[in-house]
Amino acid sequence: MRIFVPADSTAVSIGADEVAAALRSAGLDVVRTGSRGLYWLEPLVEVESGGRRIGYGPIQANDAGTLVEALQAESRDDPRCVGDVDELLASQGQQRLTLGRTGRVVPGDWDDYVAHGGTAGLRAALAMEPQAIVDEVKASGLRGRGGAGFPTGIKWQTVHDQEVTPKYIVCNADEGDSGTFADRMLMEGDPFCLLEGMTIAALAVGAERGYIYLRSEYPDAHRMLEKALEAARANGMLGESVMGSGQAFDIEVRLGAGAYICGEETSLLESLEGKRGVIRFKPPLPAIQGFLNRPTVVNNVITLGSVPAILADGGAAYHAVGVEKSRGTLTVQLCGNVARPGLYEVPFGVTLGHLINELGGGCASGRPARAVQVGGPLGAYLPPDLFDTPLDYEAFAEVNSMIGHGGVVVFDDTVDMVAQARFALEFCAIESCGKCTPCRVGSVRGQEVIDRITADDDRDRNIALLRELCETMIQGSLCAHGGMAPFPVLSALNHFPDDFEPRTAAA
Amino acid sequence: MSAEETAKSRQVEAICERHANREGPLLPILHDLQAAFGYVPGEAIGEVARYLNLSRAEVYGVVTFYHDFRRTPPRPHSLKVCRAEACQAVGGREVWATASSLAADPACRVDVEAVYCLGNCPCAPSVQFDERTLGRLTPDRVSSLIAGAVGGEAS
Repeated sequence: MRIFVPADSTAVSIGADEVAAALRSAGLDVVRTGSRGLYWLEPLVEVESGGRRIGYGPIQANDAGTLVEALQAESRDDPRCVGDVDELLASQGQQRLTLGRTGRVVPGDWDDYVAHGGTAGLRAALAMEPQAIVDEVKASGLRGRGGAGFPTGIKWQTVHDQEVTPKYIVCNADEGDSGTFADRMLMEGDPFCLLEGMTIAALAVGAERGYIYLRSEYPDAHRMLEKALEAARANGMLGESVMGSGQAFDIEVRLGAGAYICGEETSLLESLEGKRGVIRFKPPLPAIQGFLNRPTVVNNVITLGSVPAILADGGAAYHAVGVEKSRGTLTVQLCGNVARPGLYEVPFGVTLGHLINELGGGCASGRPARAVQVGGPLGAYLPPDLFDTPLDYEAFAEVNSMIGHGGVVVFDDTVDMVAQARFALEFCAIESCGKCTPCRVGSVRGQEVIDRITADDDRDRNIALLRELCETMIQGSLCAHGGMAPFPVLSALNHFPDDFEPRTAAA
Repeated sequence: MSAEETAKSRQVEAICERHANREGPLLPILHDLQAAFGYVPGEAIGEVARYLNLSRAEVYGVVTFYHDFRRTPPRPHSLKVCRAEACQAVGGREVWATASSLAADPACRVDVEAVYCLGNCPCAPSVQFDERTLGRLTPDRVSSLIAGAVGGEAS
């Protein structure tokens, strides 16, 4: 009887290591995996039974004794039993195209990866011409999952068409947006999937060297990636000759140093070159002059992690999922004040309200949801009357919002939207690279204006000034940091104007 | 140069050498310096600059740009507290307020630092104590973490 307990850092942050140790000392054969993303059930213990995985959760170390009895009896009546975990995911409408193996495979174990369908995409790519690989990704409709939503195939085409060498594949693993953890889950739970995606990209554009720029806040992901890189080299996926093809490709992990702005691709490239993470003017595009001024593919972890499945099953199969110009699945990271926080990989088109209320179970506090921030700290706050917005890049743009990296942070009715608006600018100031004035200075002045509004000092004029300042930042900033930090502020002003009115003193 | 300074200088040079062949070696060097000394010593900045044929100002500029790099020796323990929105939604502001006020005591043995997301959002509020991520923190729990950090070594 094999028992699976996540070693995912979030599961560990609430006691998974202690649960694994307790089950091991009870004599059980415990295997450590990534997380399924059902975080309200973590630590989630799974047992293999007749080819299925039956889950029990949440489990704490002192529950281990009674759990062992339930496991040995294969009891489905145990109140902690959640049944077949894959059935549970399917019943939520999840389609795990990208995170299908995460939580199932033993991360870093090459044979287990291959046994679960790993390398199928790479093998297909090796039988194709580079242009055909690019075409397959174009046909899938995959767009950058890091936030900008730029069509991946077009980016690859640009790099493919450059004659300058060497070329580089750079994975943006600087997952800095609050409310996002999908990159971390994939790197900790199915690291070969990312390495395979990067290798396919290298074959498509003719690159021989890749970098993973990983944020320093993810020490567990760092250890796992290093382990996986070693195994990938030992098994011939990386090195002088990828799977015996004669094409060389290898990857190095580079640690960031705690700068949010380094998630912006040009700032990331500066940082990778060993400089201050100050953004670059565009053009030139990184696809033409990127790392060390060479043609460079810069893609997010989930973007690259989606590539193996696209090559294995065909771009058309991926394109068949989703809506309009948003194809495939979005790895939604639902968190904040929500009863069932977790990773929900769902087809584009699902509405925000369905996610929050049906899947998430509403607020954890039992109070009504009042605001939800989608797309990280630069994303707008949306009120309940916009919860019918479908997950779709263009539909979100229409309501002055963005999908970003798919983080959805829920707040209940105790939220103070003036405080949230002020925080957005405070964060913008702390993390500004300092290159352009609207971002560097505007974010500081904006906080001062909000403080005057809070102090009821010439309120109407200061609200008008705040709007004007936001407009200047949107129009005048060089990158999305200063250009989008006003979105949470303006959304607070537009959707929650009452919060900016004078407060009645507490009785 | 004292024997101690010479040894330190050799160590800096060895770290530079280790990364010399990388494309863009400065960040890996600074990370290793910090791992070796607990911070990036001022005198190392000049040595790294010489080794990489950069100006001192360039290296200094990089050290000061990134939140991770310290220029003074750290306290024995490190506590990174997430101040970002997903933690705010479930009480993170209170956890931060408690931790930062306790750390204001010069006798506190814990460096408390604000971070903006640890990727632990579904089990927020989150902190990282000596590189170990902990979830579902409360002001009480963060107080006892800081109060309990009496040893000199990471627990």
